[in-house]
Amino acid sequence: MNQKSTIIADHREKQVLVNDKQKNQAIACDTHSVSGVVSQRACVYCGARVVLNPITDAAHIVHGPIGCASYTWDIRGSLSSDSELFRTSFSTDLREHDIIFGGEKKLIAAIDEIVIREKPKAVFIYSTCVVGVIGDDVKAIAKKAEIKHGIRVIPVHSSGFSGSKKDGYKAACHAILDLMGPEKVEVKTPHSLNFLGDFNLAAEAWIIRDYLETIGLELKTVITGDATIDSLRAAKSASINVVQCAGSMTYLAKQMKMNYDIPFENIRFFGIKDTIRSLRKIVFSIGTEEHVKRFETLVAQKEAYYQPMVEAYKRKLIGKKVALYVGGGFKAISLIEQFADLGIQTVLVGTQTGSKEEYEQFRKLTGEGTVILDDTNPTELEHFIKETGAHILVGGVKERPLAYKLGVSFIDHNHERKHPLCGFEGALNFAMEVDATVNSPVWDIVKTFKPNNETKSESKTKSKTKQAKKEKPFDVIDLTIEGGIL
Amino acid sequence: MLDETKGLYKKRTGLKINPAKTCQPIGAMYAALGIHKCLPHSHGSQGCCSYHRMHLTRHYRDPIVASTSSFTEGACVFGGKSNLKKGLENVFHIYNPDVVAVNTTCLSETIGDDVGEIIKSTDVPEGKTVIFANTPSYAGSHVTGFSNMCKAMVTHVSEKKEGKKAKGINILPGYVEPSDMMEIKRMATLLNVPFTMFPDTSNVVATPNTGNYNMYPEGGTTIKEIRRAGNAIATVALGSFSSEAAAYELEKKCDVVPYIMKEPIGIKATDAFIMKLLELNGGNMDASLEFERGQLVDVMVDVHNHYHGKKVALFGDPDILIAMTEFVIDLGMIPTLVLTGTPGKVFVAEIQAMFDQAGLTESQVMIEEDLFTFHQLIKASPVDLIIGNTYGKYIARAEQVPLVRMGWPILDRVGHSYFPVVGYKGALRIIEKITTALLDHYDQTCEEEDFELVM
Repeated sequence: MNQKSTIIADHREKQVLVNDKQKNQAIACDTHSVSGVVSQRACVYCGARVVLNPITDAAHIVHGPIGCASYTWDIRGSLSSDSELFRTSFSTDLREHDIIFGGEKKLIAAIDEIVIREKPKAVFIYSTCVVGVIGDDVKAIAKKAEIKHGIRVIPVHSSGFSGSKKDGYKAACHAILDLMGPEKVEVKTPHSLNFLGDFNLAAEAWIIRDYLETIGLELKTVITGDATIDSLRAAKSASINVVQCAGSMTYLAKQMKMNYDIPFENIRFFGIKDTIRSLRKIVFSIGTEEHVKRFETLVAQKEAYYQPMVEAYKRKLIGKKVALYVGGGFKAISLIEQFADLGIQTVLVGTQTGSKEEYEQFRKLTGEGTVILDDTNPTELEHFIKETGAHILVGGVKERPLAYKLGVSFIDHNHERKHPLCGFEGALNFAMEVDATVNSPVWDIVKTFKPNNETKSESKTKSKTKQAKKEKPFDVIDLTIEGGIL
Repeated sequence: MLDETKGLYKKRTGLKINPAKTCQPIGAMYAALGIHKCLPHSHGSQGCCSYHRMHLTRHYRDPIVASTSSFTEGACVFGGKSNLKKGLENVFHIYNPDVVAVNTTCLSETIGDDVGEIIKSTDVPEGKTVIFANTPSYAGSHVTGFSNMCKAMVTHVSEKKEGKKAKGINILPGYVEPSDMMEIKRMATLLNVPFTMFPDTSNVVATPNTGNYNMYPEGGTTIKEIRRAGNAIATVALGSFSSEAAAYELEKKCDVVPYIMKEPIGIKATDAFIMKLLELNGGNMDASLEFERGQLVDVMVDVHNHYHGKKVALFGDPDILIAMTEFVIDLGMIPTLVLTGTPGKVFVAEIQAMFDQAGLTESQVMIEEDLFTFHQLIKASPVDLIIGNTYGKYIARAEQVPLVRMGWPILDRVGHSYFPVVGYKGALRIIEKITTALLDHYDQTCEEEDFELVM
């Protein structure tokens, strides 16, 4: 990589690698971002907020100056089957006076006002940066408020500076455990489960709930998509936990195993293969023969209906290349497979908060020459998107305009997704979305208008990419054999 | 979703519900983007910077880049000095901007970092500039942050060269869209006014698609131009909340005479802006601008009956609201409620004076309030139209009232970056939007027998 030195800052060398199966490679991850870099990462508060916010009938109070509440007001995109309370923004809007004299009085008033007005089932209080510094005793206030109002008031320790987004996930898990309480349920409900790490974006959790109910299994709660306080409390009586978003929920699953004796399994409902494998895993773990039968019927029906339609899209997509830059590793792993099913090869994969194990998986799942990045920035993304010749970027809010400026199509697999992308239905939606963006005529318009006769320089860049291609051929690997996760 | 908004308005003491403002740093970041080759730097936790970039990206649909001091527990205990020093070093080394504009956050302000001192003790590479603004999130609002960063540009950059003859006019556009900044420049150019405008985000956050990503787009006011602002004859500051501080700073530091004016939104405010430029620079009204004005008046005559007497509730940022309230009154509409989340008693006085002059005894103006209050008041006293940013859509839907999107942020529609609301062209666009919103609503909801082809 001849240009590597100018594009990648010295301190980031270890967070970038080009997949070489002959070598024993490891990426540096789980590090703090260095001061002064343009990182795509967020903070502890952000992590806690995204995990807890979908709990529908709770009031979520952001304790701090207004910004943290403003930027997270109804951006989660998770749907509710009942209360819409979680989509309302509540905060204490701390002012100068409160910073000097403390924000406790305001917080107490805010809890009172919210409980009287909205009668929520519970209240979550998110501590932001300054609260961690001015020393408000949020815990004591929450305790008093519980006694006064007779509902759970749960502090979330999410001061932004106290770690990374991942620590925020953990803080959220602690809040959920706090809600569930220490007591164990000895007799578990047979054939029941909790679905951890789905946030019901665009109704995704409902699709999975529908499958499980068709099979005859009982889904106690989703954590936290469309979850209610009561459903979360009932979660302790489930026979098993299944974990999708491993980055945010593995901790909770482990704790629940330890505290309540509930074993857990990793599953993923993105893509038809993953969906079938995951359902099978669940059915074989908690179902009876009858359940297995129903599972087989369901899968046969769905597959017969959706697979040909997905295949039809494959013909329009085969040979395209994709760059992935997402929050956590589990999603990237799913996406690599899902794209491969559509004939699309992953040439770049990166995450904000992926773990060592996940990066190792990327190396296994992707071909030789695939660029692997941890906690990257726009400059690196631009460089590698161009170098790998990716046609599609998958990312979040901040990456979208970057892709567009480069004339590269884009898929939001984050809060802003508008169609469910999980299960059989989601696999089709996904194919449709990929087709809609990558095959849009707009990309030709971006590239064709050259009024000042730039053909010369264009041919130069072309030859460069050709060379780059020669140097690092990408192999297509058969994921059905190598990528088996289950 | 807000069908449940209950109860009569009662002042709350602790709780903000659905804010009508956000925090200072994001305004500072937006202002800083209006400097050529400037990288905004957020001195605080990583999340702040991430949120600001995300929000700005959603509004402008262009890549927004900024760096952060990435505070950790350690920084909170020992101060953020080493983070900022190391941060600046990295920023210049890796991203090579001409300028770094540092804004503080609630965290760095609360732990008491002296950003000025830290920068002073940092080796800034030759030919590069570092400016900073104190932007505590717990004071003012995003508008205050914008204003503070504009002021910082003057404080750290503008100079008066002694013995040199003053010339040209400074224009401070205020917290408006890139399209508006472009239109302000177009008007000044048509009037043959030699001017410096800062900040100028018009070719920074509304860049053309070329198939290439440019971390520092061509636009933005250069440091040289901001320096020269100290030698201008006068400063025309548009929007007192976002521009007045910088204009007064220029007066204090460089003796440049300040003129604080409304944002040139609506016909009267645009007239005043143009007259002020002509008064300061001499010359005559440009024929094409006069033509545009004539067209605007013509349309106002054509459609006045459609909006006359309609009740409108407005929310958003003070500078936009002051000009818009004047304009809707000029259109014969009744602004029953004008609300901002930003603090500032002058705002109340100014709007109240307009109400008084128009004989609007029932109308209300509020500061430091939120959208829950706005909704409660609309429920108590219904309106025909809401004018405000994207967050108004919940209320518009709940009350089945049309919404004209104006102000910041607009997260669900396009156009604001390209079509101005300032100037005569902008006024025409506002009328088009208001009329279309009212008539579309009528078409969708009227009785079959009232449904008409020609309106």
